[in-house]
Amino acid sequence: MINLKVNGKSYNVDVDPSTPILWVLRDALELTGTKFGCGMAQCGACTVHLNGDAIRSCITPVARAAGQEIKTIEALSEDAIGKRLQKAWIEEDVPQCGYCQSGQLMAAAVLLKEKPYPTDNDIDLGMSGNICRCGTYQRVRKAIHRAAAMK
Amino acid sequence: MSEQNTTSRRKFLQTTAAIGGGLVIGFHLPAFAKQVRNIGVPAAENFAPNAFVRIGKDNMITVIVNHSEMGQGAYTSLPMIIADELDADWNNVKFEAAPVDPVYNHPGFGMQGTGGSTSTWVEWDRFRNAGATGRYLLLAAAAQTWNVDPSTLRTEKGFVIHSPSGRKISYGELVDKAATITAPKEVKLKDAKDYKLIGKPIKRLDTPEKIDGSGIFGMDVKIPGVLTAVIARAPVFGGKVKSFNGDKAKAIPGVKEVVQIDRGIAVVANGFWPAKLGRDALEMVWDEGPLSTLDTKAQTKQYADLAKQTGAVAKKEGDVSTAKDKAVKKFDVVYDLPYLAHAPMEPLNCVADVKADSCEIWVGTQFQTVDAMTAAGITGLKPNQVKLHTTLLGGGFGRRAVLDAHFVSEAVQVSKAIKSPVKVVWTREDDIRGGYYRPRAYHTISAGLDAAGKPLYWEHNIVCQSFAVGTPLEAMMVQNGVDGTAVEGASEIPYHVPNKHVEWNMAPNGVPTLWWRSVGSSHTAFVVEGFIDELAKAAGKDPFEYRRMLMDKHPRQKKVLEYVATKAGWKNPLPAGRGKGIAVHESFGSVVAMVAEVSIAKNNLKVHKVTVAVDCGQVVNPDTIKAQMEGCVVFGLTAALYGEISFENGKVKQRNFHDYKMLRMNEMPLVDVHIMDSKEKMGGVGEPGVPPVAPAVMNALFTLTGKRVRNLPLQPEDLKRKV
Repeated sequence: MINLKVNGKSYNVDVDPSTPILWVLRDALELTGTKFGCGMAQCGACTVHLNGDAIRSCITPVARAAGQEIKTIEALSEDAIGKRLQKAWIEEDVPQCGYCQSGQLMAAAVLLKEKPYPTDNDIDLGMSGNICRCGTYQRVRKAIHRAAAMK
Repeated sequence: MSEQNTTSRRKFLQTTAAIGGGLVIGFHLPAFAKQVRNIGVPAAENFAPNAFVRIGKDNMITVIVNHSEMGQGAYTSLPMIIADELDADWNNVKFEAAPVDPVYNHPGFGMQGTGGSTSTWVEWDRFRNAGATGRYLLLAAAAQTWNVDPSTLRTEKGFVIHSPSGRKISYGELVDKAATITAPKEVKLKDAKDYKLIGKPIKRLDTPEKIDGSGIFGMDVKIPGVLTAVIARAPVFGGKVKSFNGDKAKAIPGVKEVVQIDRGIAVVANGFWPAKLGRDALEMVWDEGPLSTLDTKAQTKQYADLAKQTGAVAKKEGDVSTAKDKAVKKFDVVYDLPYLAHAPMEPLNCVADVKADSCEIWVGTQFQTVDAMTAAGITGLKPNQVKLHTTLLGGGFGRRAVLDAHFVSEAVQVSKAIKSPVKVVWTREDDIRGGYYRPRAYHTISAGLDAAGKPLYWEHNIVCQSFAVGTPLEAMMVQNGVDGTAVEGASEIPYHVPNKHVEWNMAPNGVPTLWWRSVGSSHTAFVVEGFIDELAKAAGKDPFEYRRMLMDKHPRQKKVLEYVATKAGWKNPLPAGRGKGIAVHESFGSVVAMVAEVSIAKNNLKVHKVTVAVDCGQVVNPDTIKAQMEGCVVFGLTAALYGEISFENGKVKQRNFHDYKMLRMNEMPLVDVHIMDSKEKMGGVGEPGVPPVAPAVMNALFTLTGKRVRNLPLQPEDLKRKV
């Protein structure tokens, strides 16, 4: 049994400790907002927060998260930065297919926490790990600037 | 169907977008058409004037959308059309995915499906009529309620208003009465000047569920007792299972079953991770079949040899051989473009639950009818025992419109075998290596100029596979021995050349190929727009002016080209070290022109800005058009810079995003989209933005290096200045 704290709730899960966090979230906890895109930390669709840091849940064994705080897209709106980002995402009409957007938002939330007023270069550095096949990058960039400007 | 749609449809069938034209023939299955309707039945709380709209007593308007949402905005633009004619309150409008039923068939495909950049234009008339019929019935219901003449009534934002008395009643309150009134055969549609939503940048209805994790893609479907399967498929296309041993797979905790299906061996487990570990642990012996020696370099030679053969004639005008004698300058070059994977962000997947008397499927698909029919065939069930739910699609680009329904049939076969609901999940590697690629395209093209620099002849031979030949699409898509999707964008060009000859040589099949966002135009535009740039250079002319000079017989394309040149400031000098290139292309009923501005920095091509002009006729949602153009630029640029599927010893060399690379945020150019005010017939927007990207960018690069890029993707040596 591994104890996990996900979005403020405590869970005991009976899985192989090498199982990636992604599949514990999706298959065991039915939190399907976090997406599977590549399975090798290339695309960022699986981005969640582990103790406030953005991690790639598709390659991070669940054992590493034992007893620690995981936050997923389902709880993004629970803090001010997350709320601002979601509002900005709507105002800029960012998503197309939407599949990568959970990861984009989770990455953007950490970026804004670390750089409240990111430059374009900061956005390049912070967001280039997240692939969007539909090509929403221009709007992601605008939405991050917009969220940063909201108070 | 109106004249506009009939004409567009004819064009549509002539060109690629024939996507489904052939399916009318191939999948004309009477049993399915007789399927019992289970839709549009007005429940007590609702009034459904037709299959596309439901009005609730709670004033909610539900638009039932028969085109899959794969990012292109169908779940917003189609509800906008109905809501506008209905004079609905947009805040009360929601969408719902249509079930599978002939009433939801694509008007051009003869089956339910999404593709060919058609969703909005092909439904324009039907959806306006659906909304207007609803409005008519609500007006009639209000007239009866108040015992007044309907002509004294007007509608506004979900209310019927009797102006003389100031009375007002909500649509929800009229539901019961409206349901008793017979719909008229014809209704009057709004004048364009009265549109409240159409033409406005309306926010997408599906954004809220895409930013909080609640939207359900196929991958996210949860049903009680569902197991997960990961499948070992042949490592070489056309290969078969010779033998296998599943003992090591079964020893992995969580693995439940190992079963053989047509396309390979499925490892079924109580979640993705054990299923994947199980698949990795399978001991497989494959019979790799005839493609076991497939090799990209050898294929280049094979295609070059094929290009020398006489092909099927796609276009013949004038007399090329006589013109050759008159030309003062001649050019003869080769362009070679690779296989490409669609690589939608959501890997393919499908949930199936096969029981003795039913088969239920949850899938993000572009081809509902084909999928459902295939499931009926596999299970031996009647079509009306198959129920297919369309989820959100995590990208499509053509990959989820497959004629053999393979990603659905796998799930149905596994569920049938193990007697349990199952979700088949493809890994990214399965997706990249899974075939159904944009065909490799090898072009030989030659032209000659007269003394004034104008082209006298144009000779173009295309070698590529056909995904239509040998399928139900053949009858429709292959005309006079030419697969329209192989030559579209090349057989018709917007430049005047008096003597023209375009041929297609079919490359042998084997590697599964498919329509890939913009289909034939994804390669022909690069060749035509690159080559015309070469001719401009040879003629000593500005590439924009040279094109313009040859476009008198194509005023629409010319106008778009001129518009993009104006918007991009084509005549203005650039900062040192920057180059610009231009391209224009018509596809899917729309014309798109682009100007790209590039530089070379640290041995990389940097695309700074792409200015886009698009003429797609009547605009429904301008913001969706802009979004599609932005996305098309990324899609086209990704292919130009990185896209290549290649083979060695029969196997695909690429496997994931590290070696099948995607454009990323730090490489994103500024995309500046300008939509033209146009009276042209409505065209598509999902695909037409892809074709001009690569030529505009590579034409810009040429101005910096003096070297022509004729093979994609871009190679490091392409960035070095010509010595």
